[in-house]
Amino acid sequence: MAEAAKSRSEAAPALPTWPDEIYRVLKDAGIRQVAMVPDAGHSRLIRSFEADPETRVVTLTTEEEGVAMLAGAWLGGERGVLLLQSSGVGNCINMLSLPVICHMPLLMIVTMRGDWGEFNPWQIPMGQGTRPSLEAMGVIVNKVDEPHLVASAVQGAANLAFNTWKPVAVLIGQRVLGAKNFKELARK
Amino acid sequence: MSNPNALLHRRDVVNELLRDRADLLVIAGLGAPNWDVSAAGDHPNNFPLWGAMGGASMIGLGLALAQPRRKVLVITGDGEMLMNVGSLASIAVEAPKNLTIAVLDNERFGETGMQKTPTASGVDLAAIATACGIRTSRIVRTMAEVSELRDLAHEGRGMAFAQIKINPEALVFVMPPADGVILTTRFRQSVLGDEALFN
Repeated sequence: MAEAAKSRSEAAPALPTWPDEIYRVLKDAGIRQVAMVPDAGHSRLIRSFEADPETRVVTLTTEEEGVAMLAGAWLGGERGVLLLQSSGVGNCINMLSLPVICHMPLLMIVTMRGDWGEFNPWQIPMGQGTRPSLEAMGVIVNKVDEPHLVASAVQGAANLAFNTWKPVAVLIGQRVLGAKNFKELARK
Repeated sequence: MSNPNALLHRRDVVNELLRDRADLLVIAGLGAPNWDVSAAGDHPNNFPLWGAMGGASMIGLGLALAQPRRKVLVITGDGEMLMNVGSLASIAVEAPKNLTIAVLDNERFGETGMQKTPTASGVDLAAIATACGIRTSRIVRTMAEVSELRDLAHEGRGMAFAQIKINPEALVFVMPPADGVILTTRFRQSVLGDEALFN
């Protein structure tokens, strides 16, 4: 028994540290409003913000609401971040006109689907369209595929967004998040 | 105005909502609500939208959360509100006391040829807002009710939503500055002071 428990604990992968690192980075950047449609890849970061009395976490019905909300936050002197999955980027397109034409900062942290290792074909069109559609709207995009580079990517994006009043997106790839496979779960 | 069944005139409504506006912050939805707010007088504390359809109420939410001591009034149209009607759910959960949303409901898409919106077929935005959990939510048909709404917005003691039934009249356009950078910068400078220019 004891040996079995030991081998299980040895087999358990270490929790990734990047969600805690980007929480610190976003706190240091002065983030007060978090607008989000949840994604599994953001769950730990969302829990950190929900436990933080200085931060308001707003759950959206669609991601474009967050683009508008954070424009309002900026008009009122607060900084925010939009947490979303790549499929939600497609919901934001016209609303991105607002930060682009008004020279407002917008920091988006996008967890990818339809990327490396994807099992669900329906995720592919928007996953592969995420970067080009953001860039078509004038958003600066930085994709990160290694866990130890996530925090610096977010820090750089926050500086870029809030110092130069640009919409900036960090795309966190499935190499970092791990690819889901519901087919394996279904077999179990 | 003596006939309670006569439809209200949109610029009378907006002039009353903005009467003695003091330091009220105003978000105006694109199209006619923008022109109505501008007709009442251009003001640095106005943020009139020329696009971003469906975003007016959520801009109001982000602003109200960022400036809890100021009163925020969103004035928008039925088509604009319907485009992101789900935002009423997002907003109701937060329900900042200092936020009022006034929908000027002419039951038409006015800028595109006066086509009917779903409210023309009875879709009840005030009931949607109520069902989302916004307790002060009403349909407004008289100027006396508009005055009450004006006071609610200016007092800011609780979140309010109103669907104001108005005449589908087409009026002369009165336009604010169109440059988003000018609108953003002067609003921030007015609300946050000159230091906003250095950030």
